[in-house]
Amino acid sequence: MGMTMSQKILAAHAGLESVKAGQLIEAKLDMVLGNDITSPVAINVFNDGNACSVFDNTKIAMVMDHFTPNKDIKAAEQCAQVRRFADKYDIKNFYDVGQMGIEHALLPEKGLVGPGSLCIGADSHTCTYGALGAFSTGVGSTDMAAGMISGKAWFKVPSAIKFVLTGKPAEHISGKDVILHIIGKIGVDGALYRSMEFVGDGLQYLNIDDRLCIANMAIEAGAKNGIFPVDDITREYTQGRFQGEPHEYVADDDAEYDEEYVIDLSTLRPTVAFPHLPENARTVDEIGETEVKIDQAVIGSCTNGRITDLRAAADILRGKKVAKGVRCIIIPGTQSVYLQAMHEGLFDIFIEAGAVVSTPTCGPCLGGHMGILAKGEKAVTTTNRNFVGRMGHVESEVYLASPAVAAASAVTGYITDPAKVK
Amino acid sequence: MKAQGTVHKYGDNVDTDVIIPARYLNTSSHKELASHCMEDIDIDFTKKVKEGDIIVAEKNFGCGSSREHAPIAIKASGISCVIASTFARIFYRNAINIGLPILECDAASKEIKSGDEVSVDFDTGVITDITTGKTYQAEPFPPFIQGIIKDGGLINHVTK
Repeated sequence: MGMTMSQKILAAHAGLESVKAGQLIEAKLDMVLGNDITSPVAINVFNDGNACSVFDNTKIAMVMDHFTPNKDIKAAEQCAQVRRFADKYDIKNFYDVGQMGIEHALLPEKGLVGPGSLCIGADSHTCTYGALGAFSTGVGSTDMAAGMISGKAWFKVPSAIKFVLTGKPAEHISGKDVILHIIGKIGVDGALYRSMEFVGDGLQYLNIDDRLCIANMAIEAGAKNGIFPVDDITREYTQGRFQGEPHEYVADDDAEYDEEYVIDLSTLRPTVAFPHLPENARTVDEIGETEVKIDQAVIGSCTNGRITDLRAAADILRGKKVAKGVRCIIIPGTQSVYLQAMHEGLFDIFIEAGAVVSTPTCGPCLGGHMGILAKGEKAVTTTNRNFVGRMGHVESEVYLASPAVAAASAVTGYITDPAKVK
Repeated sequence: MKAQGTVHKYGDNVDTDVIIPARYLNTSSHKELASHCMEDIDIDFTKKVKEGDIIVAEKNFGCGSSREHAPIAIKASGISCVIASTFARIFYRNAINIGLPILECDAASKEIKSGDEVSVDFDTGVITDITTGKTYQAEPFPPFIQGIIKDGGLINHVTK
């Protein structure tokens, strides 16, 4: 029986000719990732296990992105602990304020992951790198510690769901609308323990940022990973950037899939996930013009903090003003995205519109800092989760949307179809 | 190995943000994390939980973030076992890796009620609702995972 793309990458890293769904394997890791929240727990486990060396100091990345620039004394202590560890073990890919970006925007950009890589990260959105044809999945801090020590991790080989994307998306339809539509269809546990493999002729219309956004939210359907085949769009992005040796894996023709969905991208509409689950998807056509009044719009995060996301927001905000009573916060994902957006004049557009531009941080996405909601407040945001209390008060509400929808909503003060902001 | 305690019951999709809100992730102290356990879904949880108590929930328990702080907070608050219909996969891994016993059992997750006295036999996977007298059979762990549990968690397993 044939293998899926994910299974092929796992087999190659386990030194096996083939693997099948359900099999437990131990595989060699190309990259082990942690951030300022999960690394301290991993370091404690590392030290408690009396470990005294890491498997490879070039294959570990530690990114200080969640509560940075340090939001309080405790956050500062956590970063200090990671900084000391990185110094002691000479961790080559330690990214502190000044070099850091949001981890899942940063690692692809720096070329630390690429086609065929096997990566684990102590952050659930590590599944983002599947956009580059890598097998990449989120784990906890103990797995991170074990990975740092041994360079290996255990996996239960996943079965897969195939998503055949066809057709050309209309204006204002981005990767975010694609993945919110899919999660709305299959639910927050629709892909539990499984791979989501995206294929089809519609991929030619999804740029690398769209794909990173789609793979990023595979976890919101419960998936182990989301993955795209490697094509010219991938190669154009990774060539000259990826520090490793790229390996292009292709699913076998007779690979078995648990389910198959065909999604015609040309039929998709701007989509919003209502509180308090990413599966509560509605198109803008199903939302009344003044149904959801917002207090805050956030454009950024590991889901939508890349240059094409900021351009999409700028296209809407150009020459417009953020509505009275709305706080619009824009967060470029990395220093490089920040510089590029600045050089392209996007910051002029944002600031003249009345938005603020923040340094890269995960900040408000997880209710950390830089944009917390009060009781009863509502935010439209390009982030990835809208759970109870996710962005602040337990009685606040989070609506997930694309950069175009978030920007359009910032202008009108209500969740709005971007086509209606002229 | 056995556990017995009073049940705290929750529904579907209990996410790690309600198990331990991110505003408390500026510490890795187990005791401090436990003091905010389940705060955004059950504000009185930390007042009523007793050593040995059991959490029973329905599908996709622990979905969302990979924060190991979630099973740590649950374990440090005295919970002896979590029973659910299904677990989100990262939570499942994390619980095993840190030695928080978890069991998947659809019937138990649907029928057991808050306040019931329940006992669990981890060797056999038998769950007994002492209050109602009903018993349930949970899915056993594969031998590989049993090995990790036997070694006392993943770190002992990889460093032995």
